[in-house]
Amino acid sequence: MQHSIPSAELGPRGQAMADAVSSCVHCGFCLPACPTYQVLGEEMDSPRGRIFLMKDVLEDRLPLEQALPYVDRCLGCLGCEPACPSGVQYGDLITSFRAHSERKRSRTFFDRLMRQVVLQTLPYTARFRWAARLGKLASFTSPLLPHRLSNMLAMLPAQLPPSEQLPEVTPAIGPRRARVALLAGCAQQVLAPQINRAAIELLSRNGVEVVVPQAQGCCGALAAHTGADRLAMEAARKNLRAFPGDINAVVTTAAGCGSGMHEYPLWLKGTQEEAQAHALASMTKDVCVFLAELGPVGFAPLADPLRVAYHDACHLAHGQGVREQPRQLLQMIGNLELVEVPDREFCCGSAGTYNLEQPEVATELGERKAAAIVSTEAQAVATGNIGCMVQIENHLADAGRCLPVKHTIEWLADSCLDGHGSE
Amino acid sequence: MHEVSKTSIVSVCKLGSRTPRPSGLHTFEPPSHFWVDAVEIPAASASTPSDLSRLAPLVDQLRQRFPTDRLLTQPAQLAPYESDGLTAFRVHPGGVVLVQDASEVVTVVRLCHEHGVPFVARGSGTSLSGGSLPVAGGLVIALNRMNRVLDYQPRSQTIVVEPGVVNQQVSRHVAQDGLYYAPDPSSGPVCTIGGNVAFNSGGAHCLKYGMTANHVLGIKAVFPDGELVELGGRSHETAGADLAGMFVGSEGLFGIALEIVLRLLPLPERFHTVLAAYDSLEKAGDAVASVVASGLLPGAMEIMDKLAIEASEQAVHAGYPTGAAAALIVELEGPEEEVAAEIPRLDAIMQASGAYELRVAKSAADRMNIWKGRKGAFSAVGRLSPDYIVQDGVVPRSRLGEALAEVQRLSARYGLRVANVFHAGDGNLHPLILYDGRIEGQLHQAELLAGEILRMCIRLGGSITGEHGVGVEKLEFLPEMYGEAEMELMNRVRQTIDPQELANRGKLLLSASDVGKQSHAPHPLESAGVISRA
Repeated sequence: MQHSIPSAELGPRGQAMADAVSSCVHCGFCLPACPTYQVLGEEMDSPRGRIFLMKDVLEDRLPLEQALPYVDRCLGCLGCEPACPSGVQYGDLITSFRAHSERKRSRTFFDRLMRQVVLQTLPYTARFRWAARLGKLASFTSPLLPHRLSNMLAMLPAQLPPSEQLPEVTPAIGPRRARVALLAGCAQQVLAPQINRAAIELLSRNGVEVVVPQAQGCCGALAAHTGADRLAMEAARKNLRAFPGDINAVVTTAAGCGSGMHEYPLWLKGTQEEAQAHALASMTKDVCVFLAELGPVGFAPLADPLRVAYHDACHLAHGQGVREQPRQLLQMIGNLELVEVPDREFCCGSAGTYNLEQPEVATELGERKAAAIVSTEAQAVATGNIGCMVQIENHLADAGRCLPVKHTIEWLADSCLDGHGSE
Repeated sequence: MHEVSKTSIVSVCKLGSRTPRPSGLHTFEPPSHFWVDAVEIPAASASTPSDLSRLAPLVDQLRQRFPTDRLLTQPAQLAPYESDGLTAFRVHPGGVVLVQDASEVVTVVRLCHEHGVPFVARGSGTSLSGGSLPVAGGLVIALNRMNRVLDYQPRSQTIVVEPGVVNQQVSRHVAQDGLYYAPDPSSGPVCTIGGNVAFNSGGAHCLKYGMTANHVLGIKAVFPDGELVELGGRSHETAGADLAGMFVGSEGLFGIALEIVLRLLPLPERFHTVLAAYDSLEKAGDAVASVVASGLLPGAMEIMDKLAIEASEQAVHAGYPTGAAAALIVELEGPEEEVAAEIPRLDAIMQASGAYELRVAKSAADRMNIWKGRKGAFSAVGRLSPDYIVQDGVVPRSRLGEALAEVQRLSARYGLRVANVFHAGDGNLHPLILYDGRIEGQLHQAELLAGEILRMCIRLGGSITGEHGVGVEKLEFLPEMYGEAEMELMNRVRQTIDPQELANRGKLLLSASDVGKQSHAPHPLESAGVISRA
């Protein structure tokens, strides 16, 4: 598509934005892949509609404030990318545009406050733990609070699991086959520390030495996807320094974090760390991808047959192209019958902080996802992202189905044999 | 498509209740004002200031009936509706109404008629000929939310749908009963049945099963003056003139379809999909001719040339033979025994066709992948070039080789790359003319080249469109394809149904006031200041 975006004036990411617009041919193949278009049914809330709007803003044909409601409603699920025959790098466009517009937009006081609360607590394990506890204590005030804030409180679990320190080095059990560094993540480590525990156990039983660099921090995805590009760049730089080079891979256990680390080259475009960012991104792998490539030693069958629905986390399936490996691994567990969820490529509505910012659409998508899972008559759910786990569990509960929702890696660790063939 | 229009247009004379109609029209040679003298032809061509002044009172009326989130008037709400699948043109509409049921459509159309405001119906906005390009100061009636199945009768193999139902959703809905909806445009996962009806859409498998017109049994529609009509019906055979056939392919000029009765077919029991690689386009074309000559009727026969293969392979990784000059997809489909009997015959032909690589789809997933590569090919060309024009000409099958050689010559002469993707089985060419709009004059060169290809199609005895429609894009070529009498006839039918030219103005037929002053460049609507280049 033709455009007159002054890419050179827009900083290092200007060209990425211009390229995405230029490769869009407006064919509409993204429409059926876009959850917001499916829910809202209007062109402004579709990928190509948003591309039009961002283009017009960047060309100075449309005031930013008018386009923002629709750009803000984008989940950033990237469902449109694999659906696009023309290869539009939509993620590069929306992330860069959000960073670009953040500096120009005006937000209300409440909006700014919410944003700071989220950006300054969620990515920091200790702060988030305190905030979550405070939040729970204050939950009786919920009816008095604005909708978005009470929504945030409602998502907190009834009780937080006790804080856990991950060991700096966990040796391989049996002969060492590989050495990896684990990104511990932030919110996940507070809400579900058992996931990283399971990952470390599973890897070590498979002969992998696991290092957890203590200097690491949040991956920065949350900041990047809400337009806080400086925070995101800081986070990326911190991790560039923290992760050692003498490892076979950086392993992630949350889809959003893995996808975030793959975006480091975009965030650090035009800086002196760009090459280093490329190197780290190319070493980063979701734990299932790493394990499938390594070849797991084996799994014990479940005691009883169980139907498990696998939910594709967007930032695994669309963000990293990881669809088959988790399924392959789960299918190696005897008695576990893996079932596909209808419309499996659709986002569950969690999408980082989306359910705080756009609760109506998030709820609608959560309900649709829960209904799709229920239709499979699954007895349990497996997925690769903490956000999806919380969202799906809540919406299944609302639908009256309290199914166990576990991370893929928990299912695998629960059944894992070690190199000696024992559980 | 044009045959449908030509034969059916005569039958319109028996329709409705307007001016008295002569009988026995098939012999007609009337004076030029014979039919339209009772009708006031507005001076307005596409959109004039008077339209704009009419818009405000219409919007006021609409505000009383539609909530603000369904009546879009803000610039940011309208901008995404400025183009469809043809981005060379953009028009800012006066407003967009998101309708949710048939009664709302009728209300809006009647109000438009009352206020004299032109309207454009839009489904998913995938037209490649600018079929749903808005009219400046006019209204866009967005039908995508009208996506319900109203009735489904598996035993009589019919389904009644609203216009916003997506093409592939129909097949999905009926698959459990072993049925499907045959017309399969490449945009099937996106495009809507309403748009398929308006443009008589085709697809790869129309070789065996025919276009949309062959699968529409009945249409309930609202005419541009608000009159409700039922054309055709639910039965597979009807008496009298084929009015549903007249409506199909009329590009929205006759109003908006509200309910469409579709014919369904039993799902083929078996598919046999062959992908063959050739070192020349001619060999692939000859293979198609041999298959046709053998008496086999495959479900589809599709050819892609080197550039198209390259683009599509980048997008889909379907394992197309990169480096080949041409790839041919031939698909046999039907009852088990029939396909089993046809396979050895096809094998023999393909073996003798000079293909240097033959691949048979081994699984349903493999087959889907081959088709995904083909169906995403247009958009995939976006990877090769920032801009392109998709053409849609038809030539007689026997002259395919000649046509392709001519396209290659033209491509060389203009110095512009042309990728070819086409429904070889029915001679429907889709040359994609690659250009870079940032280079001064290249769009114009590309348009001239596109025009030469269309004229070649006419010269060889074909058509300027196989399935994408005339739309805005080929408006000026229709009079080259038909004689004055036929054009006159089409205009009269339009004037009878929509004397104010409110429905999808600026598509298919030039406005009455523009007839006779056609020019090739710039576009007539562009000269009139109605549309502008993006």
